[in-house]
Amino acid sequence: MNILTGNDLKTGEVVWWDGQNWSLSVHDAVDVGDMGEQILAAEEAARRVNVPYALVASRTEEGVRPAHIKDRVRALGPTVRRDLAVPTASKTGWDWVI
Amino acid sequence: MTDLGTSPDEVQFRFRDDEPADHGTVTVDACCDQTNATAVRIEPGDDARVLLPFLDRLALVEVNFPSFGDGRGYSAARILREAGYDGELRAVGDVLIDQLSHMRRCGFDAFAPDKPLDEGDARRALEGFGNVYQSAADARKTIQELRHE
Amino acid sequence: MYQYDQYDQAMVDARVEEFRDQAQRRLDGKLTEDQFKPLRLMNGLYLQLHAYMLRVAIPYGTLNSRQMTALGDIADKYDRGYGHFTTRQNLQYNWIKLEDAADILADLSKVEMHAIQTSGNCIRNISSDHFAGAAHDELIDPRPYAELLRQWSSFHPEFTYLPRKFKIAVIAAETDRAAMRLHDIGIQIVKNDAGEIGASFYVGGGMGRTPMIAPQIREFVPLDQLVTYAEACLRVYNRYGRRDNKYKARIKILVHEMGAEEYTRQVEEEFAHLLEQGVEPPLAELERIKPFFADPAFEDGPKSVDRSDPDFALWVDRNTVRHKHDSYVSAVISLKPVGGIPGDATGDQMRLMAKLAKQYSFDELRVMHTQNIVLPHVKIADLHALWTELEAADLGAPNLDTIEDIIACPGLDYCALANARSIPLAQRISENFAKNGRTEELGQLKLKISGCINACGHHHAGHIGILGVDKKGTENYQLSLGGSEAEDVSLAKITGPGFDEDGVIKAVETVTDVYLEAREDGERFLDTYRRIGMTPFKEALYD
Repeated sequence: MNILTGNDLKTGEVVWWDGQNWSLSVHDAVDVGDMGEQILAAEEAARRVNVPYALVASRTEEGVRPAHIKDRVRALGPTVRRDLAVPTASKTGWDWVI
Repeated sequence: MTDLGTSPDEVQFRFRDDEPADHGTVTVDACCDQTNATAVRIEPGDDARVLLPFLDRLALVEVNFPSFGDGRGYSAARILREAGYDGELRAVGDVLIDQLSHMRRCGFDAFAPDKPLDEGDARRALEGFGNVYQSAADARKTIQELRHE
Repeated sequence: MYQYDQYDQAMVDARVEEFRDQAQRRLDGKLTEDQFKPLRLMNGLYLQLHAYMLRVAIPYGTLNSRQMTALGDIADKYDRGYGHFTTRQNLQYNWIKLEDAADILADLSKVEMHAIQTSGNCIRNISSDHFAGAAHDELIDPRPYAELLRQWSSFHPEFTYLPRKFKIAVIAAETDRAAMRLHDIGIQIVKNDAGEIGASFYVGGGMGRTPMIAPQIREFVPLDQLVTYAEACLRVYNRYGRRDNKYKARIKILVHEMGAEEYTRQVEEEFAHLLEQGVEPPLAELERIKPFFADPAFEDGPKSVDRSDPDFALWVDRNTVRHKHDSYVSAVISLKPVGGIPGDATGDQMRLMAKLAKQYSFDELRVMHTQNIVLPHVKIADLHALWTELEAADLGAPNLDTIEDIIACPGLDYCALANARSIPLAQRISENFAKNGRTEELGQLKLKISGCINACGHHHAGHIGILGVDKKGTENYQLSLGGSEAEDVSLAKITGPGFDEDGVIKAVETVTDVYLEAREDGERFLDTYRRIGMTPFKEALYD
């Protein structure tokens, strides 16, 4: 699946496109098919998201799993500070990241 | 021949009292070949120093910033002022609010941005810093000079 | 140490308001991200993997207890209770909100600090010897010269949109503790045959994807021409540095492609021209700055410690360094607890270090490029009391310059550019050697880890270097040997094919085994490597 991520302009928090809005949880991410570029352009222009980009992910039993390790670290938090994990994403274990 | 340059009505900010030059602006190469050119346009890769023999006849030097992140034009401006050029030095192209004060310090005294700038934001940006740490093309005394007056 | 006068304070305050205005224009949509990015970077604000990151400048790595306390308070008030000391003697906060950034800068300005030019394609914060003013082997304190250059480089109108970032280091000892020749400009303050003080200029060094050692381009620049010479070096770079490819835009590439001789010729020509322009600040300014760095009132006292507590004796042996006054030492507070995150400190730890600096070190602290903190002037008589408090706060690791004293960049755990994680490697390697007990036996061994080719973790300069790369979506690590950032500067060489995480941890053990087997009396790992070469290490790693 193709999903979208970016950062909140004001707070810098990592956000994921849930079809209507930007969510803090990677597991809310929806497949945007080939609409990615269009949504990104509109959302960025409206300043509802900053520096957004599209990426590939898969839906697993544990939720939405980005294909690249960098985006999994982004989704969950620094692996060396597990106390700071994104609460809504942390239903997955840390093995999910690596 | 076609005029490469900006016209006076494209100049949004001007810090000179004389009448703006309004005539054909040529490339640096053409300026060196043509004995009657009085306005020239410097591109980022041009060597401003090749103009030094012709400064007396120049009334306008435009320095083009095709992209604001390319800072070569700042050096070009200072080099011309250091050589005594006192005609109009016009920054054109991708000129943004937050570049204005540095450009003024490097000797630019006219600005023709591609996209007109918010006047209030521009004034604020130009007036933000009361003093300067280094000597440049403007006549401002540096903080170090003020400390040891 | 240096204190702002009304001019310095007004400049920093003006910058805070300028940035507040810029950030507001971004939030209002008057600036695009492309336009805003260089402006926020020049105020230290990055957008990282998880959030905005703010890098605070610590000019030449020197700060006082009030400043360190403020850094701790900001960590608690605006971030998640900690900060990260970097390889350029700065401090980074990892979880910053854009809407708070101007307020943080305002809090910093109250203690004479800022984040000016800690990023962006401009002249960055100037680094120096972390033992400046305390070292027994220095010619003179280099920091007044660094301060002079700090002022010159701040808001420089011509050099704010350089081809790429620009880093300057200033030292004044033959021993190089600042990786001077791996900077865009390295300056060594020297004395000439006539007994005059001046500056040697080394230009075009750097790490990153194309590491280079800076060649000397001038042996002696008189002090009343220091700024003018730097200006000439920068002007030639601004005019001719490559702008067609960001990976070839650093000055090292210009110097390399043009040739050091031709670059020098052009600098000298520009220098001769600029001398006529009167750009040099009055020499009186240097004289004004110098007294800020005068020696504190040292007192004679005991010259040795009671070694009956072996843990304390070990810490004294490892973490204290000879001082120019024989009743004092410089004490290093390790931010490398075994299994910890190199360079991280909590708000509480920062406030404690501040308190200890006030109590035991004439109110002064330094940040080392190796991501530790120095109390530069500690009475030998006070060492036990100091160590006792450090131990209680998990700041007493006795491992300066050992294999546990690892430099590591934030890596993929925090950094948007990284390809692999660095910190977990550092944690596991330090745990490994603490457990197998070889740390002491290995002696000085500088291990440096970068999570990508940009080399923030200085892997090219490690006796052992590790570079994280992306191998088809998984983390992979290249091992290199033989680098040094010191006066015996050299660039490390890659051993061969890379390893996975477990593999590289094992490989580090393997190369240390080769060293212990082959070393001769008094040899460091680096010395043995230089004597026996790569082959024995390669054989042990790959055969």
